[in-house]
Amino acid sequence: MRMNIDYQQLEKVARDIRVDIIKQTFHANSGHPGGSLSAADIMTVLYFHEMNVDPAEPKKYGRDKFVLSKGHASPVLYATLAHRGYFPTEELSGFRKFGSILQGHPDMKKVPGVEMSTGSLGQGFSSSVGMAIANKLDKNPGRIFALLGDGELQEGIIWEAAMAAAHYKLDNLVAIVDWNGLQIDGKNEEVITVNPVDEKFKSFGFHVIHVDGHSLKEIAEAFEEARAQKGKPTVIVAKTLKGKGVSYMEGKAGWHGKAPSEAEAKQAVEELGGEW
Amino acid sequence: MSEKMATRQAYGEVLAELGEKNQNIVVLDADLSKSTMTAVFAGKYPERFFNMGISEQNLYGVAAGIAHSGKTVFASTFAMFAAGRAFEIIRNSIGYTKANVKICATHAGVTVGEDGGSHQSIEDLALMRTIPGMTVISPSDGMSAKLLIQQAAELDGPVYVRLGRAAVPGLYEADSDIQIGKGNCVKDGSDYTVIATGIMVNEALIAAETLEKEGISLRVIDIHTIKPIDKDIIIKAAKETKGIVTAEEHTVLGGLGSAVAEVVVQNAPTKIAFVGLQDSFGESGKPAELLVKYGLTAADIVSAVKSL
Repeated sequence: MRMNIDYQQLEKVARDIRVDIIKQTFHANSGHPGGSLSAADIMTVLYFHEMNVDPAEPKKYGRDKFVLSKGHASPVLYATLAHRGYFPTEELSGFRKFGSILQGHPDMKKVPGVEMSTGSLGQGFSSSVGMAIANKLDKNPGRIFALLGDGELQEGIIWEAAMAAAHYKLDNLVAIVDWNGLQIDGKNEEVITVNPVDEKFKSFGFHVIHVDGHSLKEIAEAFEEARAQKGKPTVIVAKTLKGKGVSYMEGKAGWHGKAPSEAEAKQAVEELGGEW
Repeated sequence: MSEKMATRQAYGEVLAELGEKNQNIVVLDADLSKSTMTAVFAGKYPERFFNMGISEQNLYGVAAGIAHSGKTVFASTFAMFAAGRAFEIIRNSIGYTKANVKICATHAGVTVGEDGGSHQSIEDLALMRTIPGMTVISPSDGMSAKLLIQQAAELDGPVYVRLGRAAVPGLYEADSDIQIGKGNCVKDGSDYTVIATGIMVNEALIAAETLEKEGISLRVIDIHTIKPIDKDIIIKAAKETKGIVTAEEHTVLGGLGSAVAEVVVQNAPTKIAFVGLQDSFGESGKPAELLVKYGLTAADIVSAVKSL
């Protein structure tokens, strides 16, 4: 079922997701908070507004599917799925721990609502192209959404997949690039640039949309625009801030794959307006 | 005996038959459909055939996505590019997720010939058998290839099928008892055993004839399934004969020989000699010339038996 909630409610959901990103990485003492926080608003709009999904029936025919190609951002996916009702939020405290369903990177065999196991960069996008091809073949109305990292665009398989998506006219496929500008070793621009990313995707046959990745309204409108596209896939380049919402993490590459200490975590939750 | 044919030819034929029976089958290729023989399927069912172009990593990523949408996917290219180039995609997107993808990889081994060492996949069995849950098949003739691929289509999960370029003599009939996971004793014998796979099964049978003339009785076993390997038939051979020779058109490091040795050393220790490429790449040449140079002939099996 597609949910219609007002933006004020969506803001609250995004905040809850951010708080749970911090708590998960703190309790696990590992994980990837920076790129999870940058994607929280995108994930909120996807699961609480745009996508046709039913947590009570995760494998329902005709559902929309989401693939977290930037699989290291698993905390944002897990928090989103839990708040959407796929599994109890209590599970989040098991993140990365032995025996938990919540593996370091998403495992489709363990977590309800996870459509593809991801983490090895680029592969999720490639598989989402396969899902879109299968839905076209079956005349299945379900649409496919894939969230990519900007650093991830450095993987060659991304462009192999993009080529196939355009060739097979996959207008049921929407890629979202979480453009936070940072990767492990620093700024993308300095590590190895993928710019100009618009021209690249355009030349590969995509419809390209730009949004502020922290404006829920802009994100929601971009999905509307993608829905109207016929005969070609869409990519939404969402400009985001790594670590968004936590003062000491914002714009810092160092928070790509590092857990906050207890004091840091408490401060983050407070800043986000959540409860410890 | 069935007719002489390349196992890739058998693949093309059986795939077209399967496509008719099973509407759920989708076939992918990476710009080699005329060589891998998926073109036969593409000609009959174009709506269920998708060419990914020259992009093997994406070939297997897309295959996983289609399989997880409820399809049985056959995804083909040359063995070098499947098992080698796309290894990690196959490992993570297909193996780790137990995707229902049949990787039917052609042009394996040195008998691809003139293209040379860069194109001669001699590590694929070793690579594929390390992936948890991956079934690994290496048929010895056209008929067994057909029967095994039919069974692979019925298996829910990832399967790697190793196919050759060149025509090989027929060993089996359409009603032969061929089953995934079961070795076939193609010639009984009491002195020594040759456990072979792929084109080396025929070489082993020729070796058996030679040794018979010298009064040495050779048992020949076709291990067409490298994984899960038929432990019973190996243990029986280890106990009933005086030693084992393994024979594969593959490096001796990590392939059939290693798989057999793992079974033997844990269950019935005996002497083993390994026929295969000895830590070496191949080179350009006619298949027959290469088989001689790299020690992959019946004569090499005879020598190995005598070395035990």
